[in-house]
Amino acid sequence: MVSPIDTHAAYLNPILSVHRHNANDLLQILIKAQEHYGYIHSDAIDHLSSQLQLPRSKIEGVAGFYSFIYLQPQGCYRVLFSDNITDRMLGNMDLMESLCSQLWVEPGKISEDGLLSVNTTSCTGLCDQGPAMQVNNIAINRLSQSRVNAICELIRERVPLSAWPVEFFAIEDNIRRPDVLLDSQFKSGSALHALLQHGTVETLQQIKTSKLRGRGGAGFSTGMKWEFCREAEGEQHYVVCNADEGEPGTFKDRVLLNGYADMVFEGMTLCARIIGAKKGFLYLRGEYRYLLEHLQAVLQHRRHQNLLGNNILGNSDFNFDIVIHLGAGAYICGEESALIESLEGKRGTPRNRPPFPVTHGYLNQPTVVNNVETFAASCLISLHGGEWYAAIGTDTSSGTKILSVSGDCERPGLYEYPFGVTVAQVLTDCGAVNTQAVQISGPSGVCIAPDEFNRCIAFEDIPTAGAFMVFDQSRDMFEVARNFVHFFKHESCGFCTPCRVGTSLLSNMMDKLSAGHGSPYDFAEIEKLNVLLQSTSHCGLGHSACNPVLNTIAKFRPAYDKRLAHKDFVPAFDLDVALSQARQMTGRDDTGAHLERSHESK
Amino acid sequence: MSQSNTFTLDGKTIPYNEGQTIIQAAMAAGVYIPHLCFNPEFKPHGSCKLCTVKANGRQTASCTQHPAPGMVVESDTIEINDERRALLQMLFVEGNHFCPSCEKSGNCQLQATAYEMKMMSPHFDQFFPDRMLDASHPEYLLDFNRCILCSLCVRASRDVDGKNVFALSGRGIKSHLIVNAKSGRLADTDFSGDDKAAHVCPVGVILKKRVGFTIPIGQRSFDEQPISATPHPQGACPVGPRSNTATLPPHPTVKGG
Ligand SMILES: Cc1cc2nc3c(=O)[nH]c(=O)nc-3n(C[C@H](O)[C@H](O)[C@H](O)COP(=O)(O)O)c2cc1C
Ligand code: SF4
Ligand code: SF4
Ligand code: FES
Repeated sequence: MVSPIDTHAAYLNPILSVHRHNANDLLQILIKAQEHYGYIHSDAIDHLSSQLQLPRSKIEGVAGFYSFIYLQPQGCYRVLFSDNITDRMLGNMDLMESLCSQLWVEPGKISEDGLLSVNTTSCTGLCDQGPAMQVNNIAINRLSQSRVNAICELIRERVPLSAWPVEFFAIEDNIRRPDVLLDSQFKSGSALHALLQHGTVETLQQIKTSKLRGRGGAGFSTGMKWEFCREAEGEQHYVVCNADEGEPGTFKDRVLLNGYADMVFEGMTLCARIIGAKKGFLYLRGEYRYLLEHLQAVLQHRRHQNLLGNNILGNSDFNFDIVIHLGAGAYICGEESALIESLEGKRGTPRNRPPFPVTHGYLNQPTVVNNVETFAASCLISLHGGEWYAAIGTDTSSGTKILSVSGDCERPGLYEYPFGVTVAQVLTDCGAVNTQAVQISGPSGVCIAPDEFNRCIAFEDIPTAGAFMVFDQSRDMFEVARNFVHFFKHESCGFCTPCRVGTSLLSNMMDKLSAGHGSPYDFAEIEKLNVLLQSTSHCGLGHSACNPVLNTIAKFRPAYDKRLAHKDFVPAFDLDVALSQARQMTGRDDTGAHLERSHESK
Repeated sequence: MSQSNTFTLDGKTIPYNEGQTIIQAAMAAGVYIPHLCFNPEFKPHGSCKLCTVKANGRQTASCTQHPAPGMVVESDTIEINDERRALLQMLFVEGNHFCPSCEKSGNCQLQATAYEMKMMSPHFDQFFPDRMLDASHPEYLLDFNRCILCSLCVRASRDVDGKNVFALSGRGIKSHLIVNAKSGRLADTDFSGDDKAAHVCPVGVILKKRVGFTIPIGQRSFDEQPISATPHPQGACPVGPRSNTATLPPHPTVKGG
């Protein structure tokens, strides 16, 4: 007889040997183990614990952090509906309800026969072709009632995912306005040849001259980052490409990885040559798991072309290769120090800084972390020079920026513009009419009302990581803010008190307002929470968690006012609701069994 | 190392050594900065944020922030204490803290810091989470209702005891403490009452059995003296009384419902 632990050893051992029993790869090992077994069995943890010489508490602690790692059995089909506001606007909730009722399952639960489990998940980055879902971590786009019906049938018939119609998985690029980057017709190897011709010092100088700033949001000078890292002392230097792209409404990195992966990897290789790194990582968000095989193929092709590996392009001192690490459903892992923790197989908790990754990054060694788009742009600079790049855009924001446009517009998709483009211009180009608001740079960014549509996309005016979500007059901006607040609550890593508790308090307050129990008192409370989170939170997530509410209160006050049934404070605790259990038990629902207040609001 | 550098804390000059953080230097100089996840015997964690100060005008956690020469640090100000009170209130509503019936009452750093910050009510709506009690161990009890996720037990067990009995799992508001056993029970770990981890919890989670209430409430550490004037419970870093320590306010109403 096979002992239970042997069952697990059988699939775990090959995974462990691929990862050389390296505990730093714990998260990668867990992800692969789950692809085999559906969840992380308690006996599997025993085996991993002994093989990796890690305490069980550590393995459970890591597994418990990531939304897509399960310690309990799940359905054979794990169905997750993307729940960004753009998915909501396209009717994802009705579709989920339909799927649930057809298959006799409740959201958040597993069906009784264990066939499927259904839940929602944070934005999966298909806002331009939503509503979207993930089935066993593979992306499906353009959900409609008929597609959902078909999916129900496939699940009922237990058709393996690999035999589902290919068009369900046909993710589109939707490039609407290419500029220098998306139109570059990049030839693999060309930027590296240019670097080898000019030398590392000169190429670094070109990057600095170009005034390229990070495209992941913060806008730090890329040239300076590379220079700091180059000068930092360490046994090894590392290059990390941040492809976590978790900010709701952002999906440009998805397209870059699909159609421009060569350019992204070449940018990483340029960086490696300049800072002296032998190893690089691409941290790919779990939602983009479907891109993994394609990316591996591009890497393999580059190795064949001698653009990766040893003696790159015949240079005996140029050895560099790239490994892809997957995320597992944690927005916070986009924050660079949390990302590095995750790369090291730990819980994705942001580190105390300083020191910064440029001196103490992966395994405490000097590490450059850049966004996907930043690396792609660096190839253009290597090819065409810093002056050329600096001439595009504005003085303080050089070059172009790729926007991920979604929401209420004719043509959602990717729009690349020189920095300095106005919001109004983008709205015209994407065919947006009757626009009430635009959320720029996702929930952590800003919400813009029509009187500000002449403002520019640029670090000096409206900085953005790329998200551009459009809301027309029919939308309820309160619900937009409430969706974002729920997102932050779900994604808070829980490390620090203000964000861990504050995001829950905030989301409870929004739910209270939504239920009609709010009063102006709650606005003052939200203001106070905001000050507290901004001044005491550990990282950017906590700092920006109140933004959506403050922005919309300031600019779309009527959406809130219409929910204020009360002029004075009302506690969130509703006694009448609390009595509902007693009513159920006694079988009563007459007037006498209710309290007065909730009667009125019925 | 030489003490060549100083910074000012609420106007007072504080010397510091290379490598010391603001709170470490302040403690060495006998000045109290409220804190919960910091314990002078362990590497700073920086998670509770109670020790937040303003350093050169920017708010930062003083347990992890290193001072710079001439840095101007503000700590005991109305603004910062208001924020600390709000953080304490958050911790109170996040868990289930029924102080009057808690064995740790009077020895609890959360409660004592709440007195110190003159917290009179929990202010926010209570979360009333469903949390477990683990009474499996013959000598120790774990009451997770009171855990503030400071990770001191995690650090003590890992770094001092070399055991990893405790770890954090979950994420966000669902973060929680777990123990190193397949059954999830303390009795099935190698935990012992001699462990450092058995004695570091600042609140009433890790409790020795059968000694409850031997010292009556009213005669415990923080009943005698406010926390700002009490040598650190672990005794490693005595702090002097704060000049402006007010008389104790009445017990804060921290019982729920
Ligand atoms: C909560 C949070 C989430 C983030 N998510 C991402 C992300 O998904 N992708 C990204 O490139 N940067 C993200 N960042 C920014 C990174 O920390 C980091 O600044 C960036 O990767 C640096 O690359 P860049 O200089 O090329 O922009 C995030 C930051 C925070 C605080
Ligand atoms: S601010 Fe939020 S996400 Fe950032 S460390 Fe604190 S709890 Fe984690
Ligand atoms: S049990 Fe005590 S020491 Fe451990 S994390 Fe919770 S509050 Fe901190
Ligand atoms: S004592 Fe500094 S953050 Fe907790």
